[in-house]
Amino acid sequence: MSQTTLTQQDHLVTAPNSLEGLVSDWSTDQEVFKKVQWGKAMMWIFLLSDTFIFSCFLTSYMTVRASTTVPWPNPSEVFALTLFGQNVPLILIAIMTFVLISSSGTMAMAVNFGYRRNRKMTAALMYATALLGLMFVSMQAFEWTKLISEGARPWANPWGAPQFGATFFMITGFHGLHVTIGVIYLTIIATRVLNGVYDRNGKYEVVEIAGLYWHFVDLVWVFIFAFFYLW
Amino acid sequence: MSYSTIAEDTRPLHHPKTWVGKYVWSQDHKVIALQYTITAVSVGLVALVLSGLMRLQLGFPGMIQFITPEAYYQFVTMHGMIMVIYLLTALLLGGFGNYMIPLMIGARDMVFPYVNMLSFWVYLLSVIVLMASFFVPGGPTGAGWTLYPPQAITAGTPGATWGIILMLASLAIFIVAFTMGGLNYVTTVLQARTRGMTLMRMPCTVWGIFVATILGLLAFPALLVAAVMMMLDRLIGTSFFMPSIISMGEPLAHSGGSPILFQHLFWFFGHPEVYIVALPAFGIVSDLISTHARKNIFGYRMMVWAIIIIGGLSFVVWAHHMYVSGMNPYFGFFFATSTLIIAVPTAIKVYNWILTLWRGDIHLRVPMLFAIGFIFTFIHGGLTGLFLGNVSVDVPLSDTYFVVGHFHMVMGVSPILVVFGAIYHWYPKITGRMWNKMLGQLHFWITFIGVYLIYLPMHYLGLLGVPRRYYEMGDTDFVPASAQWANEAITVAALTVGVAQLIFFYNLIHSYFKGPKADPNPWGATSLEWQTPQTPPVHGNWGPTLPTVYRWAYDYSVPGAAQDFIPQNVPPEDMAQDHETRGPAVVEE
Ligand code: HEM
Ligand SMILES: [Cu+2]
Repeated sequence: MSQTTLTQQDHLVTAPNSLEGLVSDWSTDQEVFKKVQWGKAMMWIFLLSDTFIFSCFLTSYMTVRASTTVPWPNPSEVFALTLFGQNVPLILIAIMTFVLISSSGTMAMAVNFGYRRNRKMTAALMYATALLGLMFVSMQAFEWTKLISEGARPWANPWGAPQFGATFFMITGFHGLHVTIGVIYLTIIATRVLNGVYDRNGKYEVVEIAGLYWHFVDLVWVFIFAFFYLW
Repeated sequence: MSYSTIAEDTRPLHHPKTWVGKYVWSQDHKVIALQYTITAVSVGLVALVLSGLMRLQLGFPGMIQFITPEAYYQFVTMHGMIMVIYLLTALLLGGFGNYMIPLMIGARDMVFPYVNMLSFWVYLLSVIVLMASFFVPGGPTGAGWTLYPPQAITAGTPGATWGIILMLASLAIFIVAFTMGGLNYVTTVLQARTRGMTLMRMPCTVWGIFVATILGLLAFPALLVAAVMMMLDRLIGTSFFMPSIISMGEPLAHSGGSPILFQHLFWFFGHPEVYIVALPAFGIVSDLISTHARKNIFGYRMMVWAIIIIGGLSFVVWAHHMYVSGMNPYFGFFFATSTLIIAVPTAIKVYNWILTLWRGDIHLRVPMLFAIGFIFTFIHGGLTGLFLGNVSVDVPLSDTYFVVGHFHMVMGVSPILVVFGAIYHWYPKITGRMWNKMLGQLHFWITFIGVYLIYLPMHYLGLLGVPRRYYEMGDTDFVPASAQWANEAITVAALTVGVAQLIFFYNLIHSYFKGPKADPNPWGATSLEWQTPQTPPVHGNWGPTLPTVYRWAYDYSVPGAAQDFIPQNVPPEDMAQDHETRGPAVVEE
């Protein structure tokens, strides 16, 4: 089915790159997004909904941070590591962010190889993405352990407003859950790519759909990073 | 333009062979719709019984021993939450959405039937968790359906031990279920329509459900986040919503949280929720009115745009529920303005319904009676909404029975009337049998007159100052003793209406087995669901080829046509001749 869809590129209803194209897409029959697979459309809509979840979390965080009665802890002090006797602020989080952004790079390459039906490279790059994701989660686990050992709890912490720990564990936890699910998801899809499942049924778009999810999780991290660690 | 879309894939659907595969673990959107409907109506009956018990207490205080003040709070809470979420949302989207979307847009099923099936089972789980709260120590939560903290989780509120936990868990599970279903509905409408079915040819029913589902996908996240945060406050002692507080003489360990934040999150969900319930009802009622008045819906495009605009605006009015919360008074000005603006597209819709009736060939069949009943109750509830939208009017009326009267009219009774009308309207297609007309009319008149007897006096009680959510009034200076007479009368009416619903259920169940065989298109309707090759439609809906659509859904009483309706799948050249109700074979463009 999607095979036919993909091989009939010549019939593609090429929408002019303009408002007119948008209007014509929305006013024709059958499909609004021409030749977009159902799974892909559905993932986009899901991500829109998930965006609202994260936005609500982050807005709530900003609200409690603004309205709390005790001063907020200073993130550059709380999130610092002592390396070689030096206190380096935000170093761990910088590495984590770097790792996650890199994983978006490998994912994008995997999608590209997926389009070219390159089974081995696609799978390899997806495994690499999952591995980077795993590294991210492990570093996050390390960060949590460190903070907990220093006395941070969701209900209290030694540095200031108790809402600091509450929002920190809740939001990074919710994001970490997304990454963990993503790692499992990517591993499953990569294995299926490797086994040639999509060569047989032609549904290589599955790789791209997984990619959408993964890029989204990375993008959300950028916001969490900015609002939590830099503010 | 001729590439084959995924929807046109002719590979056979996976047809289950066993009874369990067909009716229990079914992936057929129609079976899932019925599962949703039956579950929703069943919990709805629980909510109805609870409202009867509350009314007994209010009308005849102390008559029933087991209704203690605590129990009353629990009944109010469970009644409100069940009615809004587990009955109306589930029924209109999970029930009608599932049944109608694929049939009306000419699809074989939802785009992901398996996810659709999971959606139902997860919904069922959420209902079970909710019902379980009746049986845990302390009983269900009595925090009010709005679940405002701090009281929702502090000792002294009934169900603060277990009930609130189960309530929050159940809501989270419901949201997961809704998301799985909702993604399906939206994607199906966007990507799986049949040939010729443009968005602007879809029946209003699909439009209403479609936009409502989008609202749900964007509004439920706020409730989910609020539920997670409250759960953390309750279970591990965070202070998202909990300020420093003294409870039962003891200072609690919480400090620095913001109760107002919860209200913002709750109503950012809660107001769109009103439209999640209302928009499908708007859509359905438009189709009922047009079909039974044998006239095209007046201003179809305007109707569609009104649905979209109402949907958009519904995200910027939420704080009109918070005029008395202590938020910044300037907010009140903004939210009052946006609230009154939303009245404009809403009024357009009402005018258009009435203009559709104007000089129509009105057939007062039972579905039409309910549709017209809806116009009355909706105008009524809408007008009191204009009062409450203004800060200075709302402040004294807030938390009185005026509000109870208002929201029952606008989002309780009105959608329920549409649901009844819709069930009568589509019953012959869904079951292949016809219901009893007399019983249907009896059901309508008792219900319609009954709801006025119930809710009209409530507005008066509210103006007197009778507060909402009170177990009993006791003696006050400002409420005359005669208010109690009104309360008794309301209770009698409420119980009558409640019991009268048995007529409805009897009619449906009896007709299912004994009713006369129904015509495949008894109302002479144009939309696709009436043009299926079989009645009731079978798995896959359309036989070997999908129908092709040539016209909008409202070709009623077209001058020069042989009949007073032209189904959407009749090509222009066939118009003058007689035609079958079946879809013609695919015509290549
Ligand atoms: C025969 C039908 C119904 C009767 C007799 C009834 C009666 C009541 C009563 C007595 C209350 C409590 C008022 C108070 O003490 O403040 C109440 C509250 C409520 N009802 Fe209904 N009701 C009915 C149907 C519905 C429907 C269909 C809905 C759907 C939207 C609904 C939604 C609510 C809500 C949201 C509350 C507020 C709960 C709260 O204050 O937490 N009711 N109803
Ligand atoms: Cu509202």
